[in-house]
Amino acid sequence: MKTMRIAAAIAVASGLAFLATPGAQAQQKDSLTIGLTLEPPHLDPTAGAAAAIDEIVYANLFEGLTRIDDNGAVQPQLAESWDVSGDGLVYTFTLQDGVKFHDGTNFDADDVVFSLDRARADGSVNAQKQLFAAIDTVEAVDARTARITLSRPEGALLFNLGWGDAVMVARESAATNKVAPIGTGPFKFDRWVRGSQIRLVATDDTRAIRKVTFRFVPDPSAQIAALKAGDIDAVSNLQAPEAVIALQADPNFEVAIGSTEGETILAMNNSRAPLNDIRVRQAIAHAIDRQAIIDGAMFGFGTPIGTHFAPHHPAYVDLIATYPHDPARARALLADAGQSDLKLTLKLPPPTYARRGGEIVAAQLKEAGITVEIIPVEWAQWLEQVFRGTDYDLTIVSHTEPVDIGIYARDTYYFNYDSPSLKALMARLNNTSDQAARNRILGQAQRTITSDSVSAYMFQLAKLGVWRKGLKGMWRNAPVQATDVTGVRWE
Amino acid sequence: MSIIADTTRRGWKSQLLRHPNFLIGTVLTGMLILVALVSLVWTPHAFDAVAITQRMQGPSAAHWLGTDHFGRDIATRLMIGASNSIMVGVVAVGIGLVIGVSLGLLAAARGGWVDDLVARGSDVVFAFPAIVSAILITAIFGPGAVNAIIAIGIFNVPVFARVARGAARQVWGQEYARAGLAIGKSPSAVTRDHILPNIAPVLIVQATIQFAVAILAEAALAYLGLGTQPPAPSWGRMLFDAQTFMTLDPKLAILPGLAIALAVLGLNLLGDGLRDALDPRLRTERIG
Repeated sequence: MKTMRIAAAIAVASGLAFLATPGAQAQQKDSLTIGLTLEPPHLDPTAGAAAAIDEIVYANLFEGLTRIDDNGAVQPQLAESWDVSGDGLVYTFTLQDGVKFHDGTNFDADDVVFSLDRARADGSVNAQKQLFAAIDTVEAVDARTARITLSRPEGALLFNLGWGDAVMVARESAATNKVAPIGTGPFKFDRWVRGSQIRLVATDDTRAIRKVTFRFVPDPSAQIAALKAGDIDAVSNLQAPEAVIALQADPNFEVAIGSTEGETILAMNNSRAPLNDIRVRQAIAHAIDRQAIIDGAMFGFGTPIGTHFAPHHPAYVDLIATYPHDPARARALLADAGQSDLKLTLKLPPPTYARRGGEIVAAQLKEAGITVEIIPVEWAQWLEQVFRGTDYDLTIVSHTEPVDIGIYARDTYYFNYDSPSLKALMARLNNTSDQAARNRILGQAQRTITSDSVSAYMFQLAKLGVWRKGLKGMWRNAPVQATDVTGVRWE
Repeated sequence: MSIIADTTRRGWKSQLLRHPNFLIGTVLTGMLILVALVSLVWTPHAFDAVAITQRMQGPSAAHWLGTDHFGRDIATRLMIGASNSIMVGVVAVGIGLVIGVSLGLLAAARGGWVDDLVARGSDVVFAFPAIVSAILITAIFGPGAVNAIIAIGIFNVPVFARVARGAARQVWGQEYARAGLAIGKSPSAVTRDHILPNIAPVLIVQATIQFAVAILAEAALAYLGLGTQPPAPSWGRMLFDAQTFMTLDPKLAILPGLAIALAVLGLNLLGDGLRDALDPRLRTERIG
């Protein structure tokens, strides 16, 4: 009898202990687990285009001279201040004092010279070398002063230096950053369990968040299940817009609907017959119903666009009315072009906007008399076949870099669009630093690509952030590809 | 003796009718076939008619089972899904039957190394779980309805080869089969005249079961994105698309799930009933 009572007491006590533990943890929670859709190929943001790299390391692990904040504004980072010469050609940066890389070495002006020269060198594998195109020389004046001299004015230089592709790296560790990244950020690399997660830990013991784990959960329904089970605390961009409605009603979660730089377009292969005929491209632009795509694929989250530009940008020109939804007009244009029984393929990468949007686009094009064969592809295949090989008729993709209309002026890009007038505009833009004049040129560029109907412009992707109530400081918008947790805390 | 024969004959007919499982199985399978046949000539709507404004509606006169997340008619898509499933079943089981039974009969008739080859070969293919082999095949040759059917057909081959070989060897052991050889018939003639007719019931039962397995496998492959490609409807695909809509509109998942469950249940019950009725071993046991 006595033994039994003792056993019961132990059971009760251990039960209490068990109950008490999670509560105690919740009160002083200093860890954060974020669900990411894609695993990065490596962790060096200066050597790859994959958004998944920046989504882990930007601002957290690596820092640049400047940084882009939640609203897309430029803020000082490793450079605490700067002076610009009157002609806009010389930028003098004063660097923060006492900054150390995670390996203990000091950050100084020599690292600025090394990082920028490395990124813009001829043999550089930087994915965004055009960011540095205007830079002529980078010099170290003294340990805390770096000077960048431009060959032409570049109005966007400070913004460009805030990209993940322009972060500061150290000479000693640059070569191994892909697997063992060494930056200056408040979090350092801890471990990478391939196929599962990457963990960062704070360099400073007093931070509100001491440990950040990025878990790879490719499937949106698994992300929701993981959120509800408490396995992950946040998903910075949920791929299942239909789930947002239910999560909005859930008192345990906070949903933040923000904007991204993602112009979601129906890209067309401009050099392949019959899409080399502008009437066929215009017919396709008339055939799509943007609102139906936004409602059907994204549950209403998204803003219609009429050109390749973000609606929240001051230089945006509303060109939606150029090609209103008009299947009859589309048929007439096709008849004009002599296309009676047009068959096209539509290659769709994995994201929801593409797979679901593609099914709707196919149905809409069918209404205009175009038969579309849907070919779902994985990202690797998409990059290989569509992006590099330009072996496609139509594809749907979201271009998430900020102010990336310049891609239409590139000599080789998967649109296969070649317009001397647009190239001239972009050349003029590069030589213009006055913001108003720049915006005017950007407006003309938008009109040029829309009147040429290079792509059918669908919508600006929304950012659907979901996190546990009490988590503060997560980004609402996505002006750059990032999951900046440096200002995040539990309340 | 005559009494036994009489009971046997009357036995299997009345037994079928008294067998509720068999009846349910026949009705479910009959409905599946009927719906599939009707869908070939008529459906309430076009299967890919998208109408976003009418998405996720409940059942109505215009849409008997409501609409999906794109406003497409669910009844139409289930009907075409049924014909898709039947097609997969027929072709995949057909591939398995023709190749597998030929191999099994050959192995039983020839014996020796041919028998060893077929038996061990089947064992090797069998060692891989069926769905894994199917994923492997579609991963190599690309996703699509045709490749999915071929993949399912291939994993049916060893199933039928084994069943045919085992049953045929048993019949070969009977005196009348050996007598056939003794009076100068060739092994292939004995196989044709005695072995095949005698193992036919076993094969029919197995085919019914495999039919259900094929439907399930196709649904699984389509769910994984390796089978029928959108916008063509497939039950497995519909189930996959419905996943994230579960909380908003459960019928999107329940209806295709129910269709798969009923089709597989129907075929299995039919197979069970047929086995009870047709399998000579079971029959003699029961009479004995």
